[in-house]
Amino acid sequence: MPLHLRSSPSLKSTFLNILRQNLGFGSRSHVTRHIRQNLPHDPPLRGSQNPIRGFCNTMAEPETLSSFGQHEDASNHQVMDFPGGKVAFTPEIRFISESDKQRVPCYRVLDDNGQLITNSQFVQVSEEVAVKIYSDMVTLQIMDNIFYEAQRQGRLSFYATAIGEEAINIASAAALTPQDVIFPQYREPGVLLWRGFTLQEFANQCFGNKSDYGKGRQMPVHYGSNKLNYFTVSATIATQLPNAVGAAYSLKMDRKDACAVTYFGDGGTSEGDFHAALNFAAVMEAPVIFICRNNGWAISTPTSDQFRSDGVVVKGRAYGIRSIRVDGNDALAMYSAVHTAREMAIREQRPILIEALTYRVGHHSTSDDSTRYRSADEIEWWNKARNPLSRFRTWIESNGWWSDEAESDLRSRIKKEMLEALRVAEKTEKPNLKNMFSDVYDVPPSNLMEQELLVRQTVNSHPQDYPSDVPL
Amino acid sequence: MAALLGRSCRKLSFPSLTHGARRVSTETGKPLNLYSAINQALHIALDTDPRSYVFGEDVGFGGVFRCTTGLAERFGKNRVFNTPLCEQGIVGFGIGLAAMGNRAIVEIQFADYIYPAFDQIVNEAAKFRYRSGNQFNCGGLTIRAPYGAVGHGGHYHSQSPEAFFCHVPGIKVVIPRSPREAKGLLLSCIRDPNPVVFFEPKWLYRQAVEEVPEHDYMIPLSEAEVIREGNDITLVGWGAQLTVMEQACLDAEKEGISCELIDLKTLLPWDKETVEASVKKTGRLLISHEAPVTGGFGAEISATILERCFLKLEAPVSRVCGLDTPFPLVFEPFYMPTKNKILDAIKSTVNY
Repeated sequence: MPLHLRSSPSLKSTFLNILRQNLGFGSRSHVTRHIRQNLPHDPPLRGSQNPIRGFCNTMAEPETLSSFGQHEDASNHQVMDFPGGKVAFTPEIRFISESDKQRVPCYRVLDDNGQLITNSQFVQVSEEVAVKIYSDMVTLQIMDNIFYEAQRQGRLSFYATAIGEEAINIASAAALTPQDVIFPQYREPGVLLWRGFTLQEFANQCFGNKSDYGKGRQMPVHYGSNKLNYFTVSATIATQLPNAVGAAYSLKMDRKDACAVTYFGDGGTSEGDFHAALNFAAVMEAPVIFICRNNGWAISTPTSDQFRSDGVVVKGRAYGIRSIRVDGNDALAMYSAVHTAREMAIREQRPILIEALTYRVGHHSTSDDSTRYRSADEIEWWNKARNPLSRFRTWIESNGWWSDEAESDLRSRIKKEMLEALRVAEKTEKPNLKNMFSDVYDVPPSNLMEQELLVRQTVNSHPQDYPSDVPL
Repeated sequence: MAALLGRSCRKLSFPSLTHGARRVSTETGKPLNLYSAINQALHIALDTDPRSYVFGEDVGFGGVFRCTTGLAERFGKNRVFNTPLCEQGIVGFGIGLAAMGNRAIVEIQFADYIYPAFDQIVNEAAKFRYRSGNQFNCGGLTIRAPYGAVGHGGHYHSQSPEAFFCHVPGIKVVIPRSPREAKGLLLSCIRDPNPVVFFEPKWLYRQAVEEVPEHDYMIPLSEAEVIREGNDITLVGWGAQLTVMEQACLDAEKEGISCELIDLKTLLPWDKETVEASVKKTGRLLISHEAPVTGGFGAEISATILERCFLKLEAPVSRVCGLDTPFPLVFEPFYMPTKNKILDAIKSTVNY
């Protein structure tokens, strides 16, 4: 069990237990022999030459603390009480390796063909929930494709798809309750979809019409719904992470049976707000789940240009946060991981970090052509061979919960609904001009009331300069 | 130099209101300095709303300026707590807390360190309500930070960054001039349903002593106050600078110049009407602030008043402000908009 480095009454006893466990290793000299025997013959993982390799223990084990020469020598005081807790001394000049020899394994339950892996641990889902997960994944896929095409046709100004990440979107949402508050990045509309946001509501926001809850103020895909506890998307990267921690703290103080959940990409983990948020979450003991969609790309920047750690999961430990790496394209594993994380987060009042490995099949957005920086073959491979929908479909079909007929029925129904939603949203008028000036503050201050008057005067004088579909 | 010595050696008494001045309230109270008045406001805020929180670096033991004394002991460590040393985290966390309907009263240790939180303030807090179509808001957020010259603060303990924030639609910016004002304004900020940045003139934390009513009271935001009436020239300022300007007004009076002095209090949204009415009466405007003159908030006031009062102006709008340098240490007395700089500007404006 990992040693939690918090000051607590049990720290001393935990520490002494570890010492007792290691007493078998006895003296300093034995530890030295232990290290020398285990010097690696292979080069360190990252390929860089380490001139003082002799001092570098690249065989750091997960439960590393027990090999840090923690042993009591009665004649030398081997522990010292620095602020922050006791630490043992070591006369060895030994650096913690920059990486473990092996990468953190990835939790998955369904293999690439959608077969349940024997002896896998997972949280059972009912037929109803499984079918809804699958159906919503299909719906998300169809919605994305139709919106994307609409943008290419010039009907929408902009769109960003979540193609390839349907399992992360839907399965994570399925494992939460409606009271859990969501702080999304912008590639998680599936969470809203799961909770009941309709295709029409999505379309209204994308067209910025008068039925858009955002009142036409933001670009497409910047959804938000207070009814569904989904905080409005903002395009700034990772800013939602510390917000989620504050919200989690509120839930903690109000003793709610709920947690905050926040999503972000691999790129987002380089932002300062990521580090700020994880640190705060750990210190405040906030019930927040950090879900990283590591899809390999931040626009054109691959993860090798983003960080040099073993992905995102290892960063959790740096902040004292329990973490797990999951196959993001395995809906059952995602569901199980988030379900378990949620229970831990609320029961133990602690943050959890989930790194969901996946692939961004779509372009970053309609403003991007990703074939300029990656091969079409790579994209195609992930779209076909690693498709999250087909894997999960195999599994639900193997349970007798799905069929070809159900599939084609669903697809044709959703497609029709989607096209209708588009049609209606497109012809719905835009919000009234007064919505430009409201909600900047709770009540418009005098300068805004003045400016609205001036704008209206200008519109009167030069109507041709202004879009005719915005009612005045 | 005399002004600097005066600032560091003399305890100033408030109210230094002379004849003709208007008071917001005539109630008396106990003499308190600025940090004690702020402390009282925080005690009242936490007492009257069980879902309010105070947090920031070192607030637990009372804070580096003693503003949060006694809060943790009285309200508990769940509501009054230290945060890690990370302004972007402090404000980001505060936004999330406020978004859930709580009052998050955040302390940034010095205004000089507020910049890491600038993204959260501008891109998140200020736009939270608007971008969501009023489905969400973080109106319960109040950010407090000590600002301004202290006599020996140098680059990083003396800054006046208010102008950066006045350019951000969606937040409010408030700066009190005295202990009594600070308590009432801070309570208004905390209870205002919009995110507010509240800059406290650190030089006044101990130096200013004033009678402060002990009860719960609020001073309205976006209402400027004429704290000294006059006919020849309007002076506009905020925070600690008003003391200096007041001294200049007294000296000017001895030379037969009648000065009207206005405390803006709220810089965003600011009370143009009060300033406009005053300048239409006096025909002259002088603005003074510690922040560097270029791009300072004085420029906004000047431009607006020019638009509204052009034909009534007898002279150009004068700005007596800090210089366009990083806030210097040894050269602070040269940098500061001192009483005599203001007095000279009053005279040249009047004699234009």
